[in-house]
Amino acid sequence: MDSNKPLVLSPSPHLRGKNSIKKDMYLVIFALLFSTAGAVYFFGLYVLLMLAVSLLAAVLTEYVAKMMRRRPFNLDGSVIVTAILFVLVMPPRTPLWIVVVGSVFSIAVAKEMFGGLGHNVFNPALAGRAFVTVSFAGALSRWIAPVHLMLADGVTTATPLSESFAYTLSKTEMYKALFFGNVGGSAGETSALLILIGGLILIAFRVIKWQVPVFYIGTVALLSWALGQDPLFQILAGGLFLGAFFMATDYVTTPITTKGKIIFAVGAGVLVVLIRVYGSMPEGVCYSILLMNAFTPLIDRHVRPRVFGLVKKTKKEAA
Amino acid sequence: MNTHILEVLGLKRSAGVHPPSRKLGAQAAIERSPLPQMVTLPLQQHIGAPAKILVKAGDEVKVGQVIAEAGGFVSAPIHATISGKVKQLPTVASSVTGKAVPGVVIESDGEDEWIELSPADPDKLSPSEIISRIKDAGIVGMGGATFPTHVKLSPPPEKPIKVVIVNGAECEPYITADDRLMIEQPERILSGLKIVMKALSVKHAFVAIEDNKPQAVAKMREGVSQGAFPGEVRVFVVPRRYPMGAEKTLIKTILGAEIPEGGLPMDVGAVVHNVATLAAIHDAVVLGKPLVERVVSVTGLVKTPKNFLARFGTPSSALIDLCGGSDASADELIFGGPMMGIAQPLLDTAIIKGTNCILLEKSDIREEHDCVRCGRCVDVCPMGLLPLQFVNLVKHEDYDHLPGYHINNCVECGSCTYGCPANIPLVSYIKLGKLELRKLGVK
Repeated sequence: MDSNKPLVLSPSPHLRGKNSIKKDMYLVIFALLFSTAGAVYFFGLYVLLMLAVSLLAAVLTEYVAKMMRRRPFNLDGSVIVTAILFVLVMPPRTPLWIVVVGSVFSIAVAKEMFGGLGHNVFNPALAGRAFVTVSFAGALSRWIAPVHLMLADGVTTATPLSESFAYTLSKTEMYKALFFGNVGGSAGETSALLILIGGLILIAFRVIKWQVPVFYIGTVALLSWALGQDPLFQILAGGLFLGAFFMATDYVTTPITTKGKIIFAVGAGVLVVLIRVYGSMPEGVCYSILLMNAFTPLIDRHVRPRVFGLVKKTKKEAA
Repeated sequence: MNTHILEVLGLKRSAGVHPPSRKLGAQAAIERSPLPQMVTLPLQQHIGAPAKILVKAGDEVKVGQVIAEAGGFVSAPIHATISGKVKQLPTVASSVTGKAVPGVVIESDGEDEWIELSPADPDKLSPSEIISRIKDAGIVGMGGATFPTHVKLSPPPEKPIKVVIVNGAECEPYITADDRLMIEQPERILSGLKIVMKALSVKHAFVAIEDNKPQAVAKMREGVSQGAFPGEVRVFVVPRRYPMGAEKTLIKTILGAEIPEGGLPMDVGAVVHNVATLAAIHDAVVLGKPLVERVVSVTGLVKTPKNFLARFGTPSSALIDLCGGSDASADELIFGGPMMGIAQPLLDTAIIKGTNCILLEKSDIREEHDCVRCGRCVDVCPMGLLPLQFVNLVKHEDYDHLPGYHINNCVECGSCTYGCPANIPLVSYIKLGKLELRKLGVK
């Protein structure tokens, strides 16, 4: 101890744990690497190009936004997560200029305009996807079949959830293809297996809670079964796994309590099935999460943990 | 809903955190520290009214002599801790609140001359005689809260105490004072327990010890099996989980009962006493000895972490020197543990009744980021609160809404801040919020 220096006076607790936002974010990025690698494997090197463009646009946008808001720019990883997620939920042959528009929208409008990380109401990657989907519907309507690492343009195909989708192989073969990801769809959503690996890593490191994906996917399975759909097909096809493990678990845009998170997950699950079965769109994961994002403040307002020692007023006392 | 279902769904609270134990001095036997040349005794070493001074500069005092009397019912007298001459009556900074309080400085005559003590047989004392001996000895809760002990032993008739809980949890990292006391002097603690059980005519007692102190558990079990108690005493091993030693958490863990918001342990028929307090009760009732010393751990970035039996008023610098000095990297002096302890501005700050630990640390001040709403603070809060909500409200100076979120139920254990990935000093915001509420006169 240097006796010439005054002692430091910091408030308690003087001991801090090892959690940090950076650590959380980089773990998410690590967990996303499996699906990202899968996206490149299934849909070719063009996906890498999309990733590079999305990352560059997102980081630049974040930098400019922070400068304009006169806030320090530090790469806490959240912008990288958004940029990767945005690519993974887009069709694998999205024109690069649309990638730029969506990525910029995600960061500039959905995140920074609301006040930056921690203040945004909607999941930035999904908001970006929703924005470009409604803006450039024509340019985004083309889906390709897996090309396995080729740079080739690929053959246009129907995604599992579209009406024209028809499978010629046995049901088991179809489930297999859906589980391993050998089908058409958004770049990173097709392989349930790869998403599951990343998701389980996040659960193991306590970055996300198991309740969210379990209740989200479980609700979709149950409700689609109740409505006469094939539950296994409904949960494996489309973007449900990616949404359940990586987007319905976003800290900022989902409820704070475990109880609230379960309500969020069940609500999103119901919406997915309603949109898929009764809506005009083939897929509903993106909108189900965005809609539930809007309900998050309401859920947080009413769903609170039980306060220790709070005695419930009996009717007599309350009267 | 069925509690088992809630548990499976992760909705049942098993709150708290698991900071590293770092019980560096766990094997260091208690040493009596040499008598200090001079002691500084603040007249407020307890919760409640400050003690009223009875001496003036120049007075000769003996060890155990009352130098300040209790300033009310919820108050405690202060005794001279060395013999010698009252040198001056300065204003000193409280090591708990930082506020200016009157103090007494005594210069040692090197004799250690005690007042005449009047031993007694506790079996022959009535409860009120026991309580008055405890009161006169200036005993306060020595786990750190320093609530006057005689008040806890005088419950109103409509709230009878049915169970005594002995707090040997010592859940804060680093501190080993209670652990050593349980290992080395279980008979003093258990004698104190017997006296308390008699004073309250209680038939049940639990000794709670965290599972990281197997030696203490063994010694206390041995002591319990050999002693004769006026009722049933059980040693209860509780899981290591901070803040297990907090009164509310401990009672919930052992009895399953929750103290109502704003209530006291007596509301659920319990009273909690720290092991050091019980040892002091033994000294006061059996030996007639007032409270002048305690076991204090000196730990952290010191050469050899130790446990001392030291007189109140001993400057912490003297005890640090006895440990071979501090490491060059240390820059913060904390009284208490690292979770709830208080940083001291001066290296020679005197130890008082509630000082269970002197901790030297390298400060860990981190840049605060915006909350990302990860919910960890909610998950770990032992009181079922929404700590992040307090931060939001205090930041917006919206103090009126704080009581609606039960801010006064917060025990300031620091679990939320410990686990916050955004490095938000939540406890500081909560303390500020409570302070502003008091200013507004909101209860």
